[in-house]
Formats: sequence, C-alpha cells, structure tokens
Amino acid sequence: MSEYILEMRNITKEFPGVTALSNVTFQVKKGEIHALVGENGAGKSTLMNVLSGIYPYGSYSGDIIYKGQECRFRTIRDSEAVGIAIIHQELALSPYLTIAENIFIGNERAKNGVIDWDETNKEAAALLKTVGLNEKCSTQVRNIGVGKQQLVEIAKALGRKCELLILDEPTAALNDDDSEHLLNLLKKLNKEQGMTCILISHKLHEVLSIADSITVLRDGKTIETLDNSIPVSENRIIKGMVGRELTDRFPKHTPKIGEVGFEIKNWTVYDPLNEERVVINNVNMKFRKGEIVGLAGLMGAGRTELAMSVFGKAYGTKISGTLIKDGKEITLNNVEQAITNGIAYVTEDRKQAGLVHIQDIKSNITLANLKKITTNGFVVNEDEEIIIGKDYRERFNIKSTSVFQKVGNLSGGNQQKVVLSKWIFAAPDVLILDEPTRGIDVGAKYEIYKIILQLADAGKCVIMISSELVEILGITDRLYIMNEGRVVGEMKTSEATQEEIMSIIIRSSAGR
Amino acid sequence: MKKVKEFVNSNIRQYGMIFALVVITIMFGIITGGKLIWPRNVSMLVRQNAYVLILAIGMLLCILTGGNIDLSVGSIVALVSAMSGMLTNSMGVSSWLAIIISLITGLVAGMWQGFWIAYVKVPPFITTLSGMLVFRGIDNLILEGKTLPLSGLYVTIGTGSVPDIMPNTIRDFLHVGDLLKLQNKPEFINATMLLVGFILSIVYVFVVIFARKSKKARGYEVDSLQSVIIKVIAFFIVINIFSYWLAMDEGLPIMLILLVVLYAIYSFIASKTIPGRHLYAMGGNLKAAELSGVNTKKMMFLVYSNMGLLAGVAGIVTAGRLMAASPNVGQSFELDAIGACFIGGASATGGVGTIWGAVVGAFIMGVMNNGMSIIGLNVFWQSIAKGMVVLLAVAFDMYSKSKSRLG
Repeated sequence: MSEYILEMRNITKEFPGVTALSNVTFQVKKGEIHALVGENGAGKSTLMNVLSGIYPYGSYSGDIIYKGQECRFRTIRDSEAVGIAIIHQELALSPYLTIAENIFIGNERAKNGVIDWDETNKEAAALLKTVGLNEKCSTQVRNIGVGKQQLVEIAKALGRKCELLILDEPTAALNDDDSEHLLNLLKKLNKEQGMTCILISHKLHEVLSIADSITVLRDGKTIETLDNSIPVSENRIIKGMVGRELTDRFPKHTPKIGEVGFEIKNWTVYDPLNEERVVINNVNMKFRKGEIVGLAGLMGAGRTELAMSVFGKAYGTKISGTLIKDGKEITLNNVEQAITNGIAYVTEDRKQAGLVHIQDIKSNITLANLKKITTNGFVVNEDEEIIIGKDYRERFNIKSTSVFQKVGNLSGGNQQKVVLSKWIFAAPDVLILDEPTRGIDVGAKYEIYKIILQLADAGKCVIMISSELVEILGITDRLYIMNEGRVVGEMKTSEATQEEIMSIIIRSSAGR
Repeated sequence: MKKVKEFVNSNIRQYGMIFALVVITIMFGIITGGKLIWPRNVSMLVRQNAYVLILAIGMLLCILTGGNIDLSVGSIVALVSAMSGMLTNSMGVSSWLAIIISLITGLVAGMWQGFWIAYVKVPPFITTLSGMLVFRGIDNLILEGKTLPLSGLYVTIGTGSVPDIMPNTIRDFLHVGDLLKLQNKPEFINATMLLVGFILSIVYVFVVIFARKSKKARGYEVDSLQSVIIKVIAFFIVINIFSYWLAMDEGLPIMLILLVVLYAIYSFIASKTIPGRHLYAMGGNLKAAELSGVNTKKMMFLVYSNMGLLAGVAGIVTAGRLMAASPNVGQSFELDAIGACFIGGASATGGVGTIWGAVVGAFIMGVMNNGMSIIGLNVFWQSIAKGMVVLLAVAFDMYSKSKSRLG
C-alpha cells in the first residue's frame, strides 16, 4: 500500500458549457491535514463532490483510489461506507432534532429496528466529549450556535468511524474563538486518532497554521502541491491561486472627504424575539461624503442589527433615535422608503437574502430600482434593462455567458458583483456593505475593493461592516468599534492597529 | 447551430407545452372521429372551460409568490353564483347590478383571505382551506339547497354571441363543412367573427413589425427576423383558422372576448409591470425581495384579493352558462386551475411560470375534459387521466431541470 490514503487521478468533470475540472490529480497522505485552496470557481467543491459521490461515478472521468482500492461511489452513502465524511459549508443538521439524534441520523443505534436510546445517548455523550462540546445530548440543534453545530457535524462524522474528513470552509461563519477551537480540535483528532483531513479554506493564515500539505487549484486544474513542513508564505500561495504575485491586496487610493452626509443619533433597538433585550444601545455615528467608515467588532456586536434597523426597520422592534441625511431628519418605516431616501444595504448573506438565484443577472440588478426603467412608474422597459445589465456586466467584469445567465450559476465573487451592481443601480447616497467580501477569493476581493473606492470617490457615504480586521484597516478611512450593541471606540484608520482594536473590544467587555 | 440549441433548450418547456396541446388535440380528434374539432364542439369547449382559464390566471399569480395555492376558488364560484341567484330572484335586482355586487362579493372574499395570509401570516393553504369550507357554507345558507334560475345579462355572458353584422353573406368558402362531413352544414358563416379575427390578426402583424422597428431604431436588441416572421405567420394562420371555425357555428362568443381581455391584461401585468416583476422576485427569494424594497405583505394581499375577484368572474361565467345558481357548483374547480398552472410550467416553489403557460395548461385540461366526455369515458377514468397528466407534466419538469442544473 502506498503512503497515500487517497489518490484522485486525472479527474475531469464537465457541466454543460463549462469544464469544472480538467485532469485534476490530488493525493492525500495518510494521517495528514491537507488543505485545498484556490479562488472561487477553481473547482475545489466540485472535486470534493466527486470524491464523496454527490456527482456519481460515470458523471466524471478519472480514477479515485482510496486505501489502495479503486472506488466507484454512486451516492454519498457509498463514500460514507468506506469512511469518507464531508462537512459542507451549509450544515446538514436537522434543527428540531436533538444533538444525539443528529449525530446518529442515518446511522441509528438500533436493535431489531428499534432505536436504543440509552446506547445512543451514551455514545453521543462520549463523542461530544471528544470534540469538546459542552452541551447536553438532548438539546435541540437550533438552540446552539453555528460554531457548536460544526462540532456536532464532526461528532457525527466520528460516529460513522470516519477516517477521511473533508471540511468545506468550516470557519467561514465562525468567529475567531470558535475558529480556533475548531482548528485545535482538528489538530487533536489528527494527532490522537490519526484522522486524515482535507480542509478547504479561503483563510490562508488558518491553512498555514495547521496544514501539512497544501494543494492549489486554479481554473479546474491542479497547479501545485506545497509541503508546509518547510513553512510556506501567504504570498507564495496567493501567487499559485491567482497566477501572479499579488503585491498589493488593497488598491491605492487618496480619499476626497466632504461634509457630513448621514448621521445616526441616539439609536436604540430591541430584539424582536425578546422585547426586553437591548440589541443596539444609544448609538451615535456620523458619516462624511466620500469617506469609507468601517464598523469593527466581534460577531454579535450588533453591527448587522444596527445596519438593518437603519435600513427601513428591516430588523428590530421598539426602535428609537433619529436619522439625519444632508442635514434633514428622515423617517424610514420600510425598506421601500429607505431606498427612495437613498439608503442601500448590501446584506451579509448573499445566498439567503441578497439574490434571486433563479433569475438572471439583469433582473437581479434592476430589482431594487425598477422605477428607474419604467416609462410611467409602472411598465418596465425590458430593453433598457438589458442595456443596463450589459453595462454593469462589463463595468464590473462579471464573469458570465451573458446578462441572461441565472445568478445561481455564478461563482461567489461574481454573485457579489451582481449584488453590488444592484445597489449601485439603486443610486444610493449612503451605502452600507455588510461583509462584502465574505467567501470571496483574493482576486475578486481586489475588484470589489476597487468598486467600493469608486463609490466613495463618487461622493457617497460608504459604511463597511467586516469581520476581517485586515480588510477594515486596508480600505477604510475611519472606523467605529462596536461591542455588545454600543460604540466603544472611534479612530482614524491610519492611526489604528489590529492589536489596539482588539484590546479596546476586550477592555469594553471586561468593564461591564 | 449552438444558438439554436440554446434557444430550444431555454424554451423547451414553452414549446413542449404547445406541442403537448397539439398532440392531445389530434389524439382526441382521431379517437372521437373528428367530433372534437367540429365547430359546434370547439365553441362549446371554449364556453365550458372558460372558468378553468379565468381561475388559472389568478392561481398562477398566487403560485408565483412562492408556490402558494388557493383552495377556496371553487367555493367562491359557488358563493358568487348563489349571491347572483338571491339578488335577481328574491330581491329583484337587475342582472347588471347583481353582477357588480356579486363581483364585489368575490373581491371581498379574496380580501378576507388576503388579510389573514398577508398580515396575520396564516399559511395560504390553511387560510384557503378554511375559506373553502366557510364560503361553501354561506353558499348553502343562501340557496338553502335550492337551485335558482338566472336570466338577462348572465345568460348573455354565459351563452351569448356577438350578433352577425352581415348575416347570410359569406359562404363556407373553404368547404370545411364537407371536409369534416358535418351532419348539418351551415350554408353561410358568421361574418362578424371572421372579420374580427382577420382584423385582429392584421393588427397583430403590424404591432409586431412596428415594435421591432422602433426597438431597432432606439438601439435595443431585437430577435432575428427569421424567428419573428415564423412566429407572426404561425400566429396569423392560427387566429384565422380559429375564427373561421367559430364562424361556422354561432360566431364570436361573448365569453371569448372576456377571456382575451383578461389574458391580455394579466399577461401584461405579470410580464411588463413592476408589481409583476415583484411577484417573480418574491417567489425566487422572499427575503431578498423584501430587502430590495418589495412590499411583500401588500403583494400577498393584492394577489389573494385578485384571486377572489377572478373567482367571482368565473362564478358569473359558470352561473350564466348553466343559467342557474345551484348550491353544488364549482366543486373541485380549484384543482382544475392548480393543475392547469402546473401543466403550464409553473414551479411548485414559485418564481417560475407564465400566464401564457397557464392558458395553454387550461386548454390542455379543457381538451381532455371535452374529448373524454365525447367518447363517453366514465368520469372516474376521466379523473384518473387528469391526475396522471398533472403528475407527468411536473415530473417532466423536474427531470428537465435536473438535467440542466449546473454544479
């Protein structure tokens, strides 16, 4: 038997009109953590879907050798049966079932077809201990956070005697603490149980900190496999991913800052599900025209809630405070009013709340401002719509076959460009961007930054929420630090450092 | 070549539907020994199935919002016809006023359901299930189990035709009567119908040509000349043959005018206006539509109110054709309408479907209903056949979707 637990040889997978994978070779050694990196659309997820049987044998060409044997997986069950488990970005847990039920779903502990609950709970508790999750087995999954749900997924995989664990962007939705815990857990499982892991991630610092080897994919081809025992640099990987050296991760820019364009005063919001709980506590902020203002903070700091409550009360209850735009007080009772008053909010959740996936690029772009392409505020001019769609497609380099392509078929970066186009077409004066580069590869990020800078230069107030401090430091002019629904700090970006921001957040938590 | 393939692929559902309609029509035409396409039968088919078409138009809008259906339409049809019966018989109201009041009744019934669905967030399935029972109950309370006769404008709408302006002038110049071996061949055919059909088809041709020219002049993209010409010629021929057929019988049914007008209005709203676009966006992704400024509550309210109104129209049409208000009318109408929408390519999760598709779906239902009745097929078998067609149509949809899906 060779040193490889898994070899994927000459894998080619074609979709109508697109070659997603072309002759990809991917080899994973037994007992290593192997990172798979590449831009969005490079073929990482497709490769893993081939491996796990989601794309059945016959729909691709090439060979999969697992533990020295050729495998022909026709369903996910086939791959699970030999010990391969995949944890997708979107977790596959059933929210109304308990943790124990979720762990053993499809793998029930049963005697003669009757579930043995004592055994189930006992084993589940043991697995939870292994993954370091301090919750009762009988807790419903919907009552625990995303970070803990990830751990349940891993426990589920362990319960199936999994030997090769594939994680697709496991930390994308996690905060730093939860990410660290997860990565430590992977290291532990790797060391103590010899579990082999394949990790797909955009967060290169994570990859560098835990991976033994790194395979880079680009445009459906294997570019290289790097050995991380001799430390590799982040730029080295990026070079492989984008095919060129990326010297500047942020475009150069000289801000042209004008007068105050938008102001939030004494803004207080309560949780709609629990009207006693204050989510946003007396927030005051000012935004100048042409300025990019960052909102930094940990997950749950209330940044998204603040943005959505401002955006026509799309979130929250018992909202009080005033909004001042261009010196005049405005009232926004619904999203429609917010848009007419020149406020735009680009949601953090592209898939669930940003795009209509079954519709094409042009329809998505015009959705928030259909009035602009009507003759009398009622009848939509579809020809004008096509022209507008084409214009944005070219301007922002949206990679697609045409403006008639459905956005569900675009890669994450290009989807985000469509979302941005939509809101730019709505012609706002104040643009709130919530995690605009989440889950987007390095190359596309750069293009998105350029768009954001153009917007600021056009004299708009740009408000940017991001969990990546590097990004906030790289692109904003000024920043507010939020914690637990309050503003706990404000500084010029040129004077800020990551350490300082973090220490302000931690001090503000401790002080309460 | 690639373009042609792409075009066919992206429109396969649309053309597939028309193809299915043609096949079913030919099939039943043969089985019934030509009776299905006898002019008398064609005009009856239109009148008998008008309700499916009217309800399907409203139902499509409901389905677009997110696969929501309205189970109460059959009961609203019954309620509206009961109102009509009560107003004209026991209260002596004139038929046109009764029609207006009955339509308002349908609208109010729709608004009632729209309120619960949009603002209280009771799922449409539950709300309209309740409506189905409640409105059927009110219908029975009003009629007390009796059947009341209807007359006047009701009967005109239900069974009337536009009078012939030049009777006994145009002969059956295509000799269709001989061709179909009709038992009582009409010597003369209806000039009004023929003329209206001809004028409409000419207007259509000019509108298409003019629209294409003006689009081109303003620098917009236009379809290729070939495809436009083929489409125009096909449409021209179909309209004229259809009107010739109806001219062989009593001429232009008033009900047909109503159907064409409703189709034109709703097809315009669905495809060309802001509310229409909002409906499609809602069905595609409710949350995204909401955050893009679509007033989803208002849209839900309007869609269900409109369904009530259209159910009212269907009620009047049905009562008029039967010339009576009877308590059990409208049973399972909702299923015909829902079936027509899904046969016509509407997605069960919303966001996909066209008024045109719903109309073709309604015609498929109609031809099947009619054809099976002519050959005297047992109603139980009819029901089995209709059920299977709906299932297969959606199964075909799912199959072609899974084929075209990108990873």
